[in-house]
Amino acid sequence: MTQDSFIIGGKTYSSRLLVGTGKYKDFAETRAAIEASAAEIITIAIRRSNIGQNPNEPNLLDILPPSKYTLLPNTAGCYTADDAIRTLRLARELLDGHSLVKLEVLGDPQSLYPNVVETISAAKTLVKEGFQVMVYTSDDPIIAKQLEDIGCVAVMPLASLIGSGMGILNPWNLQLIMERLQVPVIVDAGVGTASDAAIAMELGCHGVLMNTAIAAAQNPVLMASAMKQAVEAGRMAYLAGRMPKKFYSASPSSPTSGMITPATK
Amino acid sequence: MISISINGATQQFAAPLNVAALIEHMQLGNKRIAVECNGEIVPRSMYASHVLNDGDKLEIVVAVGGG
Repeated sequence: MTQDSFIIGGKTYSSRLLVGTGKYKDFAETRAAIEASAAEIITIAIRRSNIGQNPNEPNLLDILPPSKYTLLPNTAGCYTADDAIRTLRLARELLDGHSLVKLEVLGDPQSLYPNVVETISAAKTLVKEGFQVMVYTSDDPIIAKQLEDIGCVAVMPLASLIGSGMGILNPWNLQLIMERLQVPVIVDAGVGTASDAAIAMELGCHGVLMNTAIAAAQNPVLMASAMKQAVEAGRMAYLAGRMPKKFYSASPSSPTSGMITPATK
Repeated sequence: MISISINGATQQFAAPLNVAALIEHMQLGNKRIAVECNGEIVPRSMYASHVLNDGDKLEIVVAVGGG
């Protein structure tokens, strides 16, 4: 296959699978799963330091060094534009000026559905402040286009609710988004298993971001490997161009002539 | 005595101190952290010169696993 580049914020990546680092049982499992996924962009969260804990306790950045991965700090758990902006300013300071970030502003703790009004407001400020914003949003094509127009470097619509594993519930909306946008469209949230990731890529998504589908699998490392292959397979199928669906008419794969018993009709 | 809110918990100090001294006091010196004071980032280069005063609200954050 010729070079199939995937560019975000001016940087070229070879893996179209982006993974989160939450919900693993320990750092060893986190590292093993991420290595198996071959992801190059990995999300992290920003949280208050636990004051008074063992000062020598290992840090996530020790096992996932910024020299090896593109770290994507997120705003998970933020419900207002202001909280999200403050969190990402802290992230930029924490990561020595790193500007690529994942913006998500949630609507309520039950659904974790994005609050697109707050998301748009935060995106405007962050882009103005020089952040390269990859933005989590609903699968609303109008909102997705607005986020691109604001200057986000990637738009990341949900497949279904965060952590639900329900798969792609509205492929039609994802297609509407992809038809309208120039920046990479990455399905973020809702992928449950490898076929979901493959379907997202077959639809023409530029990448898939997931966390729970890997971390909550019975064998996270094996699932990480499955997701890597599913994303690659889905991408190749998209590039290959699938055969058209033929409704109500079959077409044999083998020659119809030279049968030992000629067809009667 | 001065009171400083650190990650939502109030702590008392005998006298005003700078951010570098506070980080040392809290044994966070070898950790990768970022600091915000009253909603504004305190850059690492300012830790020694930024003096904390009574009533300041500090946030000290680290990177953790997340999706």
